[in-house]
Amino acid sequence: MNKILLIIQREYLSRVKKKSFIVLTFLVPVLFIGMFALIAFIAVKGNEMGEEKKIEVIDESGLFAGKLKNSSTMTYIYTTANYETEKTKFKKEGYQYLLHIPASQENIELLSEKNPSAITIDAIEGNLSRIAEASRLKDAGIDTAVLAKAQKRISIKALQMTEAGAKDAQTYTAYAVGFLSAFLIYICLLIYGTQVMRGVIEEKVSRIVEVIISSVRPMQLMLGKIIGVGLVGLTQFVLWILLTVLLTVGGGSFIAKNAAPQQQLAQIEHIQNKAGVKGSTQMQKLQRPEGAAQEIMKSIESIPVTYTVSCFLFYFLFGYLIYSALFAAVGSAVDNETETQQFIFPVTLPIIFTFALAQTFIINNPDSPLSVWLSMIPFTSPIAMMIRIPFGVPAWQLALSMALLVGGFLLTAWAAARIYRVGILMYGKKASYKELLKWFMYRE
Amino acid sequence: MISIKNIVKQYAGHRALNDVSMEIERGKVFGLLGPNGAGKTSLIRILNQITAPDGGEVLFNGEHLSRKHTEQIGYMPEERGLYKKMEIGEQIIYLAQLKGMSRNEAIRRLRMWFEKLGIEAWVNKKIEDLSKGMQQKAQFVATVLHEPELLILDEPFSGFDPVNAEIIKNEILELNRKGTTIIFSTHRMESVEELCDSIALLNLSKKILDGNVKAIRNQFRNGTYRLDYNMNQLADAHEAPFSILKQEHSDAGTSMVVRMKENTAPNDALLFVAQRAGITHFEEVVPTMNEIFIRTVNSQNTTSH
Repeated sequence: MNKILLIIQREYLSRVKKKSFIVLTFLVPVLFIGMFALIAFIAVKGNEMGEEKKIEVIDESGLFAGKLKNSSTMTYIYTTANYETEKTKFKKEGYQYLLHIPASQENIELLSEKNPSAITIDAIEGNLSRIAEASRLKDAGIDTAVLAKAQKRISIKALQMTEAGAKDAQTYTAYAVGFLSAFLIYICLLIYGTQVMRGVIEEKVSRIVEVIISSVRPMQLMLGKIIGVGLVGLTQFVLWILLTVLLTVGGGSFIAKNAAPQQQLAQIEHIQNKAGVKGSTQMQKLQRPEGAAQEIMKSIESIPVTYTVSCFLFYFLFGYLIYSALFAAVGSAVDNETETQQFIFPVTLPIIFTFALAQTFIINNPDSPLSVWLSMIPFTSPIAMMIRIPFGVPAWQLALSMALLVGGFLLTAWAAARIYRVGILMYGKKASYKELLKWFMYRE
Repeated sequence: MISIKNIVKQYAGHRALNDVSMEIERGKVFGLLGPNGAGKTSLIRILNQITAPDGGEVLFNGEHLSRKHTEQIGYMPEERGLYKKMEIGEQIIYLAQLKGMSRNEAIRRLRMWFEKLGIEAWVNKKIEDLSKGMQQKAQFVATVLHEPELLILDEPFSGFDPVNAEIIKNEILELNRKGTTIIFSTHRMESVEELCDSIALLNLSKKILDGNVKAIRNQFRNGTYRLDYNMNQLADAHEAPFSILKQEHSDAGTSMVVRMKENTAPNDALLFVAQRAGITHFEEVVPTMNEIFIRTVNSQNTTSH
């Protein structure tokens, strides 16, 4: 046991001390935050960054003059000049667009030198339609105020029936939490599993493995390596989370000072109208800035944090263990990294398959039989179960899935160790699946 | 110290060791010889418990060989290897700790050994930054740092230049004088005669010869002598009680290698030559281990094929 600790210590320290570890640990949160900050910045300030457009309007119908709403980037200037003569002149006068509305309000034309962007056309169309609609309703004798009342959107309040009584169902939060945890597990299985495999190949290629297993059992070396690399992953994670929180809190207060929420809201409303989005609770929340923040906080609080985090750590840990054992076996079977391809594919297939299904199927049907099955099978459960957990999973299913995962790990580690103990001593022999089976069958 | 009893090691399709038995005495230098593929590495791996035999058993000081004995064994494989990216000092301490040594004790001995071999300035360097000879020295230190009772060295001098090979050889002999038993696997027969007290010769998975080096060489004596005399030629050499295998002439006279004919003694040769010339040199030519190795392996290979 003492020797396993020594191996874990070496595997851990030799990786944590590496420059690449330190760089990656600090760079990822910065890049991550930076990316979101940039997206947020563009979303907020994007319009202002666009060039200012001056639109000359010839309104022959007389309906729109003076009513078209100017925006930060669009200014409407009205003229009574003749369309045909203005056609040649508007550019020289400093206008980018010439909008011609005939008396019939049909065959409205927008002239410009370059192709106008879809957003520009959309904005102008929307503007025109709104005015035309109001005017027609008025003509038909309908009071717009009455109409607005009648058009009130209906929203559904989703409730989850639990033993403690009905509580607000946080479908969207569940969505986000489930997806994020599954994504993290997916990435980690691949990153740290590959690291274990590289470590095994390094020991085999440098031939130190023969010296080490004259002191410890191959199983001890394999487990020590897996656990050591796992701890490196955990360390990196904790640091990432801490740094991200620090940066977000720091950066968040900075952004809050600078961004104008009203503008953002106007933007959302605008997009909503254009896209013809039917009302949803989400959108309604956004319409009230203070309310939205409170709702989000409330919804995060509604998730049982300890329960979710414990489940995440459990599935992260055992998912990693089960796959890294396989990766270790793959590493032992080859002489260099380029030979790993033929074995890596079947090992990573279940991860990729589950992750692909997780995004499309499981997250929308968390309680369907397929989802339940995937969350039971040890090789797919780490990802599948993490998607399901925020939506609520019966205790017996969770217990069974965990038990199967632990059992699956023990079985996989045992099988992997049987291949590993032979593989690490085989040089220059191209391993085939048949060969691996033979190694597995060798007596101790 | 080590009793190897009827060891069998079977791999799919081929038997690496077939009923091999041998005794290795405490405090001796034991040579494990044999051509490539004879089963030496398989036997060494069994002694190191890297693999287990399919039949037979190994006794270590009379006890069944088990995990606790690994701490009393030091092993240097033929294919040397250390972590390329790890500092050598740290690495050797790690390997000693895996052999059950405390960290402080390992650091103390590491300092001693590095000073002795003149590589103390390199203790914080990574293996990949060291010369080949330096790596070999570091590997040797890693093998002996935990002061094992039994040292298993597979081709210990390969990769060393003659100067460093001599240094390492002297260190090995000094350890042996202090009581360390040494098993020494090699093809280089001249070092066997120089270092080994006894040997075992493996060929085609079987032990074909073992025993004390002197005894084996005596056993292979075949009445060959070197005889020098101060004349150019023996006139009636065909009547001599020996046949001449080889002769060389020089200003000082002739030097011959002769083999005694049947039912004759070395004295007959001396008498015969003394009557005709002045003898300047006479000695028996005992076969070298190299000759014995080649002769034994070849004769077995021709009979078995």
